Amino acid sequence: MIGNAPPSFPATPVGGRVRRSRQVADGALKLTCILFTALGTFVLGWILLMLLVEGAGGLSLAVFTQVTPGPGTEGGGIANAIVGSLILTILSIAVATPIGVLAGTYLAEYGKGSKLAETIRFVNDVLLAAPSILIGLFVYMFMVQPMGGYSGWAGGVALAIIAVPVIVRTTEDMLRIVPGSLREAGAALGAPMSTVIRKISWRSARAGMVTGVLLATARIAGETAPLLFTALNNNFWFRPDLMGGVANLPVMIYQFALSPYQNWRELAWAGALIITAAILALSVAARLLFKKETAR
Amino acid sequence: MAVLSEQLVKPNLLATSRSSKLPFDQMFRLASFSSALVVLVVLAGIIGSMFYGGWPAFREFGFGFITSSVWNVGQDQYGAWVAIVGTLTSALIALVIGVPISLGIAIFLTQLSPPWLKRPVATTIELLAAVPSIIYGMWGLFVFAPLFARFVQVPVTSLVEGIPFFGTILYARVPSGVGVLTAGIILAIMIIPFVASITRDILDQIPSMLRESAYGIGCTTWEVVRHVLLPQAGVSIIGAIMLGLGRALGETMAVTFVIGNANRLSLSLFDPGSTIASRIANEFNEAIGMQLNALLALGCILFLVTFAVLVLARLLIARVKLT
Repeated sequence: MIGNAPPSFPATPVGGRVRRSRQVADGALKLTCILFTALGTFVLGWILLMLLVEGAGGLSLAVFTQVTPGPGTEGGGIANAIVGSLILTILSIAVATPIGVLAGTYLAEYGKGSKLAETIRFVNDVLLAAPSILIGLFVYMFMVQPMGGYSGWAGGVALAIIAVPVIVRTTEDMLRIVPGSLREAGAALGAPMSTVIRKISWRSARAGMVTGVLLATARIAGETAPLLFTALNNNFWFRPDLMGGVANLPVMIYQFALSPYQNWRELAWAGALIITAAILALSVAARLLFKKETAR
Repeated sequence: MAVLSEQLVKPNLLATSRSSKLPFDQMFRLASFSSALVVLVVLAGIIGSMFYGGWPAFREFGFGFITSSVWNVGQDQYGAWVAIVGTLTSALIALVIGVPISLGIAIFLTQLSPPWLKRPVATTIELLAAVPSIIYGMWGLFVFAPLFARFVQVPVTSLVEGIPFFGTILYARVPSGVGVLTAGIILAIMIIPFVASITRDILDQIPSMLRESAYGIGCTTWEVVRHVLLPQAGVSIIGAIMLGLGRALGETMAVTFVIGNANRLSLSLFDPGSTIASRIANEFNEAIGMQLNALLALGCILFLVTFAVLVLARLLIARVKLT
C-alpha cells in the first residue's frame, strides 16, 4: 500500500504523515486494549471490594472459635471449617510435594529426551487443566465407595491429585534452567547422580521449586468441586481418624451461601473473605519469594 | 513391584552412569521414576473410573443417552442432551466474550504498556486466576446477576420482543439474572487470565527484530499487530484459546451458582439451563442406582470432550515452540 503511493504525493501530506484510516485503526486498537485491560483490573477490584463489604461485617471472634451452626440455629462460627481446610490442604501438600518434586526431577534429569518422559510431560500438562470435578468423581469411585463413606483422606487425595501436576511442571521448568556445567562439575568430582541432583540441581532451583509448592497450595486451597464428593462437609469437628466427612471452607461456603438462613449466609461471606485473602496472600508471597531469590 | 522393575530395565541399561551400583543412587532413581508414573496412573484411573461407572447408563440407554433431553429421576430415564448443549453454549459464549478481551490485555502488556505499569497489571491479571471459582460464583449470583437482570435482561427483552431470531434468543421469560448467558459471562472472566497470560508469553517470544523492522518502515501499532504479530503467533494463540475452552467446559462451581440448574432446552440465552459439571455437582451426592451411573456417564462425556480439546491445545502450542 505504501509502495503504491503516486510519485506526485507531497513530501508532507496534509494532516500529518500517516493516512487518516491508518490512524483511526491504530487509535481504535490502542483504546480497545487499554479499555480491556482496565476492565480486567476493575473486575478483580470489584470482587475484592464485594468480599470486604460483605465479609468484614460478619467477622467476629465467634467466627474463629465456634463451630458451624445447625439449620435454624442462631450464631455460630466456622472454626471447624477453617481447621478442616488447613488439615486437608496440609495433608494433600504433604502427599503431593514428594511425588511432584521427584516426578519433575525424573522428567528434567533422568528422562531427558526419552519417549516415556515426553508422554508423561504431555499427560501432566493435560492434567494441569483437567476439570477438577472429574478428579472428585474419580476419588469417589476408588476411595469413598470402597471405604464406605466420605473421609478427610479422600479429600486430601483429591486435592493432592490437583496439586501434583502444578509441582511437577514448576519443578521441571526450574531444574531445566540450572546450567549443565554445574552438574558436570559435580559429576567430575565423582558424585553419583543422586548426589548431583540433590546437592546441586535442587539447591540451585530451590526458590523456584518452593514457589511451585506455594502456587500449588494456593490452587488447591480454594478448590470446591473435588471436595463435594470426597471430604463433604458437616457442622461438627472432624473425628480424629478423619472418617465421615471433614468440614472445610469451600464446601461450607457453597452450602451456606445458597441457604435461606441469614446467619449461614453471613458466615459464608466471612469464610469467602478469609479464604480469598489467604489465597491471594499465598500467591503474592510466592511471586515475591521467586523475584527476590532469582534477583540474587 | 515386578511390573516396576521390569519397566526399569530399559532406562537402567541406557544409563551409563558409573554409579548405578550404589544402592541409594538406584533407590533415588526408582523413586523418581515411580513418582513420574503416578501421573500416568492418575490419568488411567480417571478414564477407567468414568467408563466403569458410566457403562451401565451407556448400555441401558445406548446412543440415545447423548441425544435424549429427558432427565427424570422419578422414572429413572436419563439423557445428556440438555447438559451437553448447556456446556457447549456457555463455553462458546465465554470464548466470544473472553478471547477479544484476553488478546487486548496481552497486546497492551507486550506492546503498549509503559514499563513501570507492566508488572502491576500482569500481577493483577494473574491474581484473577488465583481467586477461587466459588468466589466468582458468589459474585455472579449476588452482585452481577441482579445488575444484569435490571440493566440488560429487562431492557433487551422489551427491545427485541416480536423481532424474529433476536426476539427468541434474547427473550427473558423471568428476568432473574441467572441463565446460560450469565454463566458464559462469568466463565469469560474466569478464562481471561489464562488466555491472556499465555498469549502474552507467546507474543514475548516473537523476535523483537521483526517488530522493530515493521515499526522502522513506518507501520502503526495496529499494522504491526495485524501483519507481523498475529501471523507469527496465530497457531499458538489458537492453542491458548483452546486451553481456555478446556477450562470453560469443565468449570463447575461458578457455573452451578449462576446457570439456574434447569433441565430444559430453551432457545433463549437468558433462560436457565445446566452444564454437565453443574449437574454432577448438584445431584451426585443424593444419587443412587442408575442416576449415579448416568452422572458418571456425563462425567465420561465431559472427560472425552475436554481431553480432546486440551490435547489439541497442547499440540498447537507446542508446534510453534519448535519452529
